[in-house]
Amino acid sequence: MTELAAALHTADTLAPRNHIEVRGLDFHYHGHHALKNITLDIPARQVTAIIGPSGCGKSTLLRVFNRIYAMHPGLRASGQVLLDGENILDPRYSLNRLRSKVGMVFQKPVPFPMTIFENVAWAIRHHERLGRSDLERRVEEALRSAALWDEVKDKLKGSALGLSGGQQQRLCIARCIALRPEVLLLDEPTSALDPIATGRIEQLIEELKSEFTIVIVTHNMQQAARISDRTAFMYLGELIEVDATEKIFTAPARKQTEDYITGRYG
Amino acid sequence: MIDHIIKSYDTELARLTSEIIGMGELAGRQLLAAVDVVERRDDRAARHIVDNDGTIDAMEHAISQDVVRLLALRAPMARDLRAVFAALRIAADIERIGDYAANVAKRAIALALAAPVAPALGLRRLADLAGAGLAEVLAAYRSMDAERAFKVWQDDARLDEAYTALFRELLTYMMEDPRAITPCTHLLFMAKNIERIGDHVTNIAENVWFVVHGAELAVPRDSRDTTADPDWPQLGRTPPVEGSQ
Repeated sequence: MTELAAALHTADTLAPRNHIEVRGLDFHYHGHHALKNITLDIPARQVTAIIGPSGCGKSTLLRVFNRIYAMHPGLRASGQVLLDGENILDPRYSLNRLRSKVGMVFQKPVPFPMTIFENVAWAIRHHERLGRSDLERRVEEALRSAALWDEVKDKLKGSALGLSGGQQQRLCIARCIALRPEVLLLDEPTSALDPIATGRIEQLIEELKSEFTIVIVTHNMQQAARISDRTAFMYLGELIEVDATEKIFTAPARKQTEDYITGRYG
Repeated sequence: MIDHIIKSYDTELARLTSEIIGMGELAGRQLLAAVDVVERRDDRAARHIVDNDGTIDAMEHAISQDVVRLLALRAPMARDLRAVFAALRIAADIERIGDYAANVAKRAIALALAAPVAPALGLRRLADLAGAGLAEVLAAYRSMDAERAFKVWQDDARLDEAYTALFRELLTYMMEDPRAITPCTHLLFMAKNIERIGDHVTNIAENVWFVVHGAELAVPRDSRDTTADPDWPQLGRTPPVEGSQ
């Protein structure tokens, strides 16, 4: 290895690599300019929180990351969203491939009306052909990763709808990580949960970040402060500020950020 | 600064500020009263000042409770968080200032038992400088004016210089007349107490800077209290002994 290559190698192992790089992203729907020239780096295996008032575009940005908008006519994204250097907005980047790399969990847990086991197995079968025992192993692995296994291992054949809200949300996370994605997108995953269930999900997020790059949209600033490494503040479709979470919550650089996180009228 | 959406939050933060100001003003009055009793040799008034220190301690306790309640109930962020945190630190500094003022008063009782010495008047200049610094830093705190606080911070050098001058003067008196040693030693401790008040005033100034800028005030300030420097003129004429401090 040459000296330069060695130096580059060292630098690479020290600084986290950017898993997602957003470059000059604009998003329009039905004449509304929802995202304005967003440029943002999402480091690998870290938790990035996106905060901002309702309508600021944070959920839209999250949805662009797995191209949910592609199902709707009249929605248009321009600019680049690079996942490992490849632009996922390019129509040649297949949705199936994107969805296998980028999983999403929503505000309200939406388990399928089937057994707990089938909720996870169904997602795996959709993408892979596995034998019965391999499938069972993968389901167990996913439920363990989602910190749900101990609570459901004796009732895998029971209906998922019988689980509590917090358990249902962890089931949705299990369903998502069963596909072994690289990126997890969480859109207000705990806003419908009580503090104990919320605590479990937050603990889970902390465990999952050693394996996944996580982007979470949350209205709960304390939650962003508790679980994220970096925080991005958005306002009226613009990215106002992004920095280390500690910096954002103790001494943000921009006044708009300060006013928002201290609870003042902008 | 724009108001909080929740108005009672503003009320609570404003109350914290006024509690700090009230506590600081009381400590300032204690200091000036203490120097006054030194000059008037009034030990009854001195005891009153010592007793009054309990009020300052109680104010610090109340501020600590308010800070804990604000942290628990409001979960302050960013500038609010810095303001609440700074209030706690400033209250601790003012509590120390109160202690130093009470110390001066305590020594005034002892000093009144000895024959009057001329340098007692030198304390007035120190106390005026320290008191003016305290009043100025409280004004900077009230208006959250970081530049004004920085000016106070720089001005502490004048207090240090005045202290060094008085220190020399007291040493000279003690060498001239051994009977002056007891009163001058009391005065030396009093002068040091007032000099320390100046240091707590600079701490308060640093906290104002921290609230406004979100960063520590990081300029090295040369302390003018040079009385402990090895090359400081040794008026006792004995050369420093190896290994002794």
